[in-house]
Amino acid sequence: MSVMSLPRLQHIVASGCVALVGIWVAYLSYTQQPSEAFLFPRLISSVFVVLALWTFAKACLGWTKVGAGVSVHAFVNMLPGLLIAIVYIFWGAKALGFYTATAIAFFVLLSLYDPAPHGQIKSWGKRVLITTGFMGVMYGLFALLLKVYTPREVLF
Amino acid sequence: MEFIFYFGDVFTPVNFALLLVGTIGGLILGATPGLSPTMAVALLIPFTFQLEATQGLILLGAAYTSTVAGGAVSAILLKIPGAPANIATTLDGHTMAQNGQGTKALQLSFLSSAVGGIFGVMLLIFLTPVLAQWALAFGPSHLFWLAILGVTVIGTLDSKSVVKGLLSGCIGLWLATIGFDDIMGAQRFIFHDALGGGINIIAALIGLFAIPQVISMFAKGRRGDGAEVMQVQKHSVFEAIRVLFRFPRALGIGMSTGAIIGLIPGVGGQIAGLVAYDQTKKFSPEREKFGKGHPEGVVAAEAANNAMVGPSLVPLLTLSIPGSPTAAVLLGGLLIHGIFPGSDLFDNHPDVAWTFINSMLIGQVLMCLFGLYVAGVAARVAQVPQSVMAAVVLGLAVFGSYSVQSSMGDVYVMAALGIMMYFLERFGFSAAPLVLGLILGPIAEANFIQGSMIANATDGLGPYFLGGALNLFLIAVVIASVAYSAWMEVRNRRYLSKEEILV
Repeated sequence: MSVMSLPRLQHIVASGCVALVGIWVAYLSYTQQPSEAFLFPRLISSVFVVLALWTFAKACLGWTKVGAGVSVHAFVNMLPGLLIAIVYIFWGAKALGFYTATAIAFFVLLSLYDPAPHGQIKSWGKRVLITTGFMGVMYGLFALLLKVYTPREVLF
Repeated sequence: MEFIFYFGDVFTPVNFALLLVGTIGGLILGATPGLSPTMAVALLIPFTFQLEATQGLILLGAAYTSTVAGGAVSAILLKIPGAPANIATTLDGHTMAQNGQGTKALQLSFLSSAVGGIFGVMLLIFLTPVLAQWALAFGPSHLFWLAILGVTVIGTLDSKSVVKGLLSGCIGLWLATIGFDDIMGAQRFIFHDALGGGINIIAALIGLFAIPQVISMFAKGRRGDGAEVMQVQKHSVFEAIRVLFRFPRALGIGMSTGAIIGLIPGVGGQIAGLVAYDQTKKFSPEREKFGKGHPEGVVAAEAANNAMVGPSLVPLLTLSIPGSPTAAVLLGGLLIHGIFPGSDLFDNHPDVAWTFINSMLIGQVLMCLFGLYVAGVAARVAQVPQSVMAAVVLGLAVFGSYSVQSSMGDVYVMAALGIMMYFLERFGFSAAPLVLGLILGPIAEANFIQGSMIANATDGLGPYFLGGALNLFLIAVVIASVAYSAWMEVRNRRYLSKEEILV
């Protein structure tokens, strides 16, 4: 019995998710009221479902020719950065304050992905300097120049 | 010749300062690998809120023009194209730099970019008003089909898979319907408070173009780029001008190819540069020198990718159909200032339209002048590690999307769409048709509803939307673009192995 390849399995999952969204959109478009407000969504969702099911069927049959999927190596590399970005955007920016959360996220991401050795004090100093410079530019641009009021919350 | 009356407006202190900032900033951003022109323009949009419509468009237009030209710097000095449009430039430009002719290659690239760019903007000046008047004859059914055409053309021509391109367009059109319906006031697909006001176009643009790039940088992990900047020697600009005009064929092929490709919605500068390079090589008596550091290759590629910029705005400013993904972002920039492309733009806002177009003309000259001086700085910027770029782009994306309406909801939408787009792109979906669907969705829906009302009172839906010469012509173009792309997809697969396609 042959084992399904990772890209093929990923294509099935991805196109399956898109097909589910399409079916859900079509279901809502055809059942929600007032029906006049859903005239255009009905039109789009009908095409959406047909194309999504076609893509899903192609993925199941192994006919998908475009898209390399996500390799395990790339996924392991991106996961910490992605998690930090998600925590920063969906929790930190509102809970800690925009500038504090941005400074922390920036510094952590920089340190995490910087190819310079982590054991050197000089490289840590450089990272602190880059973070300070970036935050200075952001504060100057958004707070002073554009006068954007950002959530301050616990810190700043 | 109306454009001449508005030339003076480009030279007001604020407008000219913005043109300079956009040009110099665009050159540096364009030279930075990973920052595409589309992403650079999307990240700049939040800064235009505080500006008047004309000023905002001058900044965005200058950035658009010069990011395309700036991409040549890293293509020549680092062998890393700053933008997809500069892929063809690396073929001879980098070899010239390796042979100690880096400065000459840079000078030729900026000079040919300027010549090509000016030609492209002249086409924009003369074609746009004619087409805008022609667009007045369009009724709701035609505008509906035009919006569908915009999504279809970009969905099929900009994607490796026709079905996935069209599916991306459908997702965009659906996302555009989220929020309250304009006519009945009914809630549609609001499954989170952040979506109450619908999806903000600017936040979506930033998320769809910037966040996938950030995650791609994360996916590369902790690694030094190791790109080495080639040393450049002094070279006379006048000598470079003489060399440029020794290749009129390359310049001509580059300009005409770029202009034609720019006028076709959805094709973009990447193809313009490669097609012009290929055609010039075919017609050149020195074709064996191509790929080995031949100046003719740089001239053809750079003239083409900048000649594409002006014509790519013709369908945008007349029919609301962007000629490239960056033009789609510019459309978002127009709409947030309450300006709608078409005859309305030229009849009611001629100052905005012509000052913007004139600024692009002046911008080509500035881009050439500053490009020659900024090249050295830009090459250093191109060496900024990916770890810094990823963190900077993420920070700018968060602040930029928040500043649109001072809403955390926009930031959540930006991040959610961006993460979704990264994974969709890995499976062959494309951001450009999704963005087009999102931007053109409201236009398509408004005209579909308006057309349905007219149809119900007259001949019925079928004859109204499927009858008439113009409707039939537009439907034929939609079908032709899908059929052509499907044929190209099948043809390409015959020549490429599965491994080559699965990238």
